[in-house]
Amino acid sequence: MGRDGGARRKETTAGEGNQGREEPRRLRQQRHRRRRESKTRTVRSNLLPPPGGGEPDVTAKGAPHRWRRNQGSSQYLADNRLKTTKYTVLSFLPKNLFEQFHRLANVYFVLIALFNFVPVLNAFQPELALAPVLFILAVTAIKDLWEDYSRHRSDHEINHMDCLVYCRDEKKFVNRYWKEVRVGDFVQLRCNEIIPADILLLSSSDPDGLCHIETANLDGETNLKQRQVVREFLELDAEFNPLKFTSIIECEKPNNDLSRFRGYIIHENGKKAALYKENLLLRGCTIRNTEEVTGIVIYAGHETKALLNNSGPRYKRSKLERQMNMDVLWCVLILTVMCLFSAVGHGLWVWQYGERKKPLFDVPESDGSYLSPVLAAVYLFLTMIIVLQVLIPISLYVSIEIVKICQVFFIHQDKELYDEETDSKLQCRALNITEDLGQIQYIFSDKTGTLTENKMVFRRCTVSGIEYSHDANARRIAMYQEADSEEEEVVPKGGTLSQRGSIGSHQSVKIVHRTQSTKSHRRTGSRAEAKRASILSKHTAFSSPMEKDITPDPKLFEKVNECARCLEIMRNQEKSLSHLTPELADIFDFFIALTICNTVVVTAPNQPRHKVRVRFELKSPVKTIEDFIRRFTPSRLTSGSNSGSSSSLSTNKSTHKTGSSFLSTLSTESTLLKLEARLTHSSPKMNNNGYGVQPGGGWTTENSLKEGELRYEAESPDEAALVYAARAYNCSLVGRLPDQVSVELPYLGRLTFELLHTLGFDSIRKRMSVVIRHPLTDEINVYTKGADSVMMDLLLPCSADDSRGKHQKKIQSKTQNYLNLYAVDGLRTLCIAKKVLSKEEYACWLQRHLEAESSLENRDELLFQSAIRLETNLHLLGATGIEDRLQDGVPETIANLRQAGLQIWVLTGDKQETAVNIAYACKLLDHDEEIITLNAESQETCAALLEQCLYYVETKFSSEVKKSLGKVNIGFTSLHPPSSSATTCPNLGLVIDGKTLAYALDRTLEDKFLSLARRCRSVLCCRSTPLQKSMVVKLVRNKLKAMTLAIGDGANDVSMIQVADVGVGISGQEGMQAVMASDFAVPRFRQLEKLLLVHGHWCYSRLANMVLYFFYKNAMFVALLFWYQFYCGFSGSSMIDQWFLIFFNLLFSSLPQLITGVLDKDVPAEILVAVPQLYKSGQNMEEYQPYMFWMNMIDAAYQSLVCFFIPYFAYRDSDVDIFSWGTVIMTIALFTIILHLGIETKTWTWLHWTACGFSILLFFIVALVYNASCSTCFPPSNPYWTMQKLMGDPMFYLTTIISSVVALLPRFLYRTFQGTLFPTQLQLGRQLARWAPKKFNVPKDTISQPHPAGEQELQSSALKGSHNSGSPPQDHFPLASQSELPPASVTESKSEQRTPNVNVQSLNDTMMDSLRGHSPVPQRPEGAIQEGPSGDSEGESSTREVSPLSSILDLPDFSLLNWISSTPLFNEFGRAFRLSQSSLQTDMLGGTFLSVGSQLDQDLKGFKRETSDCFQEKVKGTAAVCHNSENLETTFL
Amino acid sequence: MAWSATSPGANQPDNTAFTQQRLPAWQPLLSAGIVLPLFFCVGLAFIGLGLGLYYTSNGIKELEYDYTGDPGTGNCSVCAAAGERVAPPPANCTCQWCFSLSELFQGPVFLYYELSNFYQNNRRYVVSRDDAQLSGLASALRHPTNECAPYQRSPAGVPIAPCGAIANSLFNDSFKLLHQRLPGGAYVEVPLDRTGIAWWTDYHVKFHNPEPINGSLKLAFYGTAKPPNWPRPAYDLSPDPNNTGFVNQDFVVWMRTAALPTFRKLYARIRHGNYSAGLPRGAYCVNITYNYPVLAFDGHKRLIFSSISWMGGKNPFLGVAYLTFGSLCIVTGFVMLVVYIRHQDENGEDEDE
Repeated sequence: MGRDGGARRKETTAGEGNQGREEPRRLRQQRHRRRRESKTRTVRSNLLPPPGGGEPDVTAKGAPHRWRRNQGSSQYLADNRLKTTKYTVLSFLPKNLFEQFHRLANVYFVLIALFNFVPVLNAFQPELALAPVLFILAVTAIKDLWEDYSRHRSDHEINHMDCLVYCRDEKKFVNRYWKEVRVGDFVQLRCNEIIPADILLLSSSDPDGLCHIETANLDGETNLKQRQVVREFLELDAEFNPLKFTSIIECEKPNNDLSRFRGYIIHENGKKAALYKENLLLRGCTIRNTEEVTGIVIYAGHETKALLNNSGPRYKRSKLERQMNMDVLWCVLILTVMCLFSAVGHGLWVWQYGERKKPLFDVPESDGSYLSPVLAAVYLFLTMIIVLQVLIPISLYVSIEIVKICQVFFIHQDKELYDEETDSKLQCRALNITEDLGQIQYIFSDKTGTLTENKMVFRRCTVSGIEYSHDANARRIAMYQEADSEEEEVVPKGGTLSQRGSIGSHQSVKIVHRTQSTKSHRRTGSRAEAKRASILSKHTAFSSPMEKDITPDPKLFEKVNECARCLEIMRNQEKSLSHLTPELADIFDFFIALTICNTVVVTAPNQPRHKVRVRFELKSPVKTIEDFIRRFTPSRLTSGSNSGSSSSLSTNKSTHKTGSSFLSTLSTESTLLKLEARLTHSSPKMNNNGYGVQPGGGWTTENSLKEGELRYEAESPDEAALVYAARAYNCSLVGRLPDQVSVELPYLGRLTFELLHTLGFDSIRKRMSVVIRHPLTDEINVYTKGADSVMMDLLLPCSADDSRGKHQKKIQSKTQNYLNLYAVDGLRTLCIAKKVLSKEEYACWLQRHLEAESSLENRDELLFQSAIRLETNLHLLGATGIEDRLQDGVPETIANLRQAGLQIWVLTGDKQETAVNIAYACKLLDHDEEIITLNAESQETCAALLEQCLYYVETKFSSEVKKSLGKVNIGFTSLHPPSSSATTCPNLGLVIDGKTLAYALDRTLEDKFLSLARRCRSVLCCRSTPLQKSMVVKLVRNKLKAMTLAIGDGANDVSMIQVADVGVGISGQEGMQAVMASDFAVPRFRQLEKLLLVHGHWCYSRLANMVLYFFYKNAMFVALLFWYQFYCGFSGSSMIDQWFLIFFNLLFSSLPQLITGVLDKDVPAEILVAVPQLYKSGQNMEEYQPYMFWMNMIDAAYQSLVCFFIPYFAYRDSDVDIFSWGTVIMTIALFTIILHLGIETKTWTWLHWTACGFSILLFFIVALVYNASCSTCFPPSNPYWTMQKLMGDPMFYLTTIISSVVALLPRFLYRTFQGTLFPTQLQLGRQLARWAPKKFNVPKDTISQPHPAGEQELQSSALKGSHNSGSPPQDHFPLASQSELPPASVTESKSEQRTPNVNVQSLNDTMMDSLRGHSPVPQRPEGAIQEGPSGDSEGESSTREVSPLSSILDLPDFSLLNWISSTPLFNEFGRAFRLSQSSLQTDMLGGTFLSVGSQLDQDLKGFKRETSDCFQEKVKGTAAVCHNSENLETTFL
Repeated sequence: MAWSATSPGANQPDNTAFTQQRLPAWQPLLSAGIVLPLFFCVGLAFIGLGLGLYYTSNGIKELEYDYTGDPGTGNCSVCAAAGERVAPPPANCTCQWCFSLSELFQGPVFLYYELSNFYQNNRRYVVSRDDAQLSGLASALRHPTNECAPYQRSPAGVPIAPCGAIANSLFNDSFKLLHQRLPGGAYVEVPLDRTGIAWWTDYHVKFHNPEPINGSLKLAFYGTAKPPNWPRPAYDLSPDPNNTGFVNQDFVVWMRTAALPTFRKLYARIRHGNYSAGLPRGAYCVNITYNYPVLAFDGHKRLIFSSISWMGGKNPFLGVAYLTFGSLCIVTGFVMLVVYIRHQDENGEDEDE
């Protein structure tokens, strides 16, 4: 009967009670009105009688009483029934129609159809006129109905899943459907079951009251998360009995914040305890590693966080559609003009006959009177609207929807957008902005996880100011990188799977079917399970061998062992640990910090109970500690007696100490000897091969077994990387409980640290801390790990007086140096620090922290403050460098996207140095690029900086323009203002940090910032917050009116993804939040290239062409009717049978255009990828520009004139009747329209042929059948036997042929001449594909032929020239050769990169390099490059840099280039030319700028220090220019 | 919350030519070289067709006479002037058009009448008919459709048969062709074949008289009124039972509304007896019974004798159009050729690589 007990719920709250009295009256009144919106909800057990009295509705047992159960409580409380359907059987029609009429076009068409019912106006049979509208509405309605039905089916499936709910009558848990679960019910869940609602965890079979859940369904994170039983229930001795649950839970109203849950539980005795998100099991998650849990339902059904988070697909309006709507309005205007014209014409026509004598053909009103000319005109106006309604294409919207769905289908199906590794393909979440993909101008990208793999690999570290370079580790990583391409996944998958499988075996089948809990995707359970398994095996726990198997640095390894040995000795001798040398102590603490300062969960795949066993081991000896902890641990200080805590602390000190040492000795003694043996083994082994020692590899067999199977499940990959790194040094994390962490150490064995607090990571603090009690020293230690920018400020200021302080200071500066070095290498850096707290300090802090923790109001803020209080005066231990590898193909993708005219901005939260270096690695920044770095400390400096930079850029810009005016056709570039500034000054990069960005985004500066940023080829925003990211996107979007795309993978990118025109999520490792917010989700960054360049382009060009064609088609057809008005006294008569007229759009002309809209390929995919410049056609809206609409209208007018007047003259003096003649015209129009489409179609597949053939055939069949079907029907045309008669008449064919041909001639000619004389870029692309079809197929070959020897000489001389200009590192070559290629040559170099012919490739690369002047030139071992004529001295080198280009241009044999450069597409070739010149002028502002020769990689650090008071611009590669300016500051250090 | 959950690899898209958008395709590139032959071919073909059409059209003879009767033009002006005054024109005003043929007018000869400025395609006029009634449906006969209004019912409320403005405005001039074989000789009436001038399907399928009652068509039409402009009811149109009522050929022809304000309608064919080969030499007179008023709307009435070919009546337009356009194509072809050759020069260097 429990279910009928009714969830008594009041939405009155503490908040109301507390604040109510102070509130002004006005507010109280408001509050009264918003009673439903009050802040909390109260949940009590359903098993109890309601507070207000008896049990009113304990009636029908078993039957769900949705409505009755809440009688008595004032409000309706959502039950757990899932209902995502929009309609019911009854409400479908009205509701759906209502929704459809929100679309203005539908209203318009219905209105027009209704006009037909007005007898004065009726142009068509009223019923017939309704047909198309009804058809369109029906199609949409059926689509909606089908969608709704599939939602209903999935809802039903989910609603009828089983779970165990406590039943009061039977006093046990019984099976119920999910939909019957109510708020206040007690639910028991077993392992691997899916959680049916948001449940407060009250009991767990786990002795620690823990429960593990997997949230993959919710956020895609596959690591297990711990949940805790509400503390008070943890101490229950007996099994949890729901009947005895009398507490009341007060918590927040349902909200969609997955990471927050706050509330109180109020016990019967009036005691209150706070509830956290750790206590809440969320619907849709899966119970793992825990046998049985019980909880009370807090939120059910649609109030669960999972469902509140599910916003469903998004609807955006694409740019093209906006433009289209504009043209639809134009069409309306044209229609109005036509109708007005006709109306006036008709008025005059009527008027000319005067009043006296009406002609025989002028039909009077039914009462015999004649309409006055004016009235006739007015009526005719309306009639004409009906007749000409086709001008507004009724099927346009439906067609566009259909085409987009098909486009989405094809994008989905592209196997290049499929990622085998994760078995995921691209998801289109927004169905209606596919064509926006083809018009993107700005890409905003996240870095981590988007450009990089987000696979963190520990690379090197610094401890105590000494750097351990981990060379072997670096070699290992390099090897993995090489091996990576061949075997991506070497991950053992068996373990996890079998383990999870075995646990779930007793529930197996049913559970399996529950895996896909929440709605939206209905798939069979087994498939879901398999998917989950694949996810688990593939990316859980960041467990690829590359990440796990760290090769220790021998030096450090030695030191760690030494340190441990010392500690062991000291402990045995009962010495104080402070005798350890500071360095060793630091090392020890460093590894302890690595191991425990995290939230990593340890699981042992093969031993589900492993955790528990460890616990038992610990339990007996540390019993006293347990007791101690109980009193000590702040969260259990329910009474809040803080003074007592410090005293109890001291009293228990001794017992604790013995306990812990006893424990550690126990576990270590046995292994001591073996350890030593292992050590001697491992060192040589490690030196021999790069892979070196497996962590714990030399451990005792028993241990190694256990260790090797431990898996670390971390929320962020960095953490796991650090833990794995520590494990490589034998400091392995073996167990983590909410209040203690066990660490296995060499010599010392297992140490157990009491975990007093964990201050989690947040993006504002950028650090996390743990507070532990050290088992050896019994001190309270704070270990903090965080970004160096914040950590360095929090360090204990060291006095320069004493030697220790000096030493410490030295360590700090050394560490900082190394940090910078790491950053330069593109590593992610973390600082590790430590702080020792005295008991008193701790107690003091604790008190305030507890206050913060227990406050319900702005607890987050208080906790934040509390954390800041703790994390001060830290002692620096060291720093780590973690490598985050670039994803495959990122540099190539970026280079290609950039050639496509896309501006790529990277917005990252990483530190500047790291970001800059990743940017170099992925070719976002180029070494011969001038980098403008903006670091300002205040608004004023920021303003001044911007001013200065703008000035600098402008002078540079204008001087370049002057220089290049003679050579380059500026006119072309000025056609495209957004890109022109970027292209005229392309070798600029902008780096800005978060602080400065905040200033720059200020309203007063944003314009300046923007005008500077748009001149830069690439922009890099470091240390930016999610909000800043979205602000930047918004700024560009609104101010530049540019199409923006944001791509990211993490929760911090969500806001930016939502703001951008197109949001792309990387469905990678960092959960699903970004994907949820995105319009498209791709597995890898490099797939963006195909998505944009190919699919985006296709979608755009297809849709643009289709829309234009649509307008043309309807205009052409309608114009025919309009011309006829001149010959029927503007009477609104139509010569075309009304059935043809009405169904022309739906039946006869729709299919070909749909097929073309879906399948046409203007340029093959290979070319689009190989020549990214083609993408610009979309950016510049070349396929659909405003004038094109009018061109099409003019063409339509011309064609309709031809199609009207040729039959007119041909049939002029004949006895042809109106509808025969109309049928001729209709046929001509149809042929013309379809042939017109044929001209516009670029690719003919059998589907196109079929569609066109089918349409024409269909017309004739329909016409023949229709004209034979009824001899007296279809008034007024009554077209019996018309078509049959026509088809027997040769005139019909003759007229049709000549009319169609004449009508199409101009367009055909235009297209021909255009294709021959001034082909567009796209046509060139097509030609390219045609000329070299094989070359662009799978083995992508070079377009250009091998160059003659003469050219080679030039090449090599150029090569020599560049040789002199500097010798860049060789490993940069493949990247360097990619970037900043002059577009003309890109065609070649792109394709050449794929050519097997190394000879040609290197030649061309050389050429490219010489074109760019300063870029690094590889010394190719092949010897393919012959030594050119010697004699190029250094002095000559600069001139030689330019000369090859001009000579190439003149070379007759370099025909492709020649051909290409003669076209606008490759005008930029000239720009490249100018570039190479301009880069010679870097020191033109010599007076103000001081030129510093620098090789960035080596000198950056020092350089920065030297210029600590300056704003910097560095010209990479050749020179760095630094502008000293006194009022500016740098924040570099 | 979109999971794509399947077994490993099951998400992999099908690798078919269709899904990968790699269907074998023909990618025509419109450029001078390719369309060159097309233009010449089309041009030549059109010129050929055009010549054929032109000569065919030229071979067709037409003889035309405007008998509207503008004041002072022939004797029909009297009738015209008379018709101006009274609403239903006075019956049987006749006038005559005489002409002579110096050679055989090659047959078969069709006699058309042409009205101009007569907007039979006026929207309200076109719809003003009841096809059901015309098909002889008894119920429709007495209950004409509303479309026929105001010619749906007579002022007395009696249904009009045939109803509607089209029927009401039936052309009612009639013609007689007289032939004077020898100068000064007697005029012989040339037999005009007035059958088969309507579409076969119209006459046989669409139009039916109501079922005669007791063999009398008049009884069948009992309870209906004649259209106001008609001098006599439908069943009295012709003494020939196969040509009266709704199936009167003239009526059927008239009911097929013309496309343009100037239109011809077939009046008769001359194919019987001595005239099967055409109209021989000699003098001819057409006796016109002038009933139909057109001056009110500046209309004109014409009589046309026309021979006929496979392409219908005389109409040089199509031939000229084909010729012109064919020539245009050839000219364009030459322009293309020039473009192509010049372009070839540029491209030649590329190809030579």
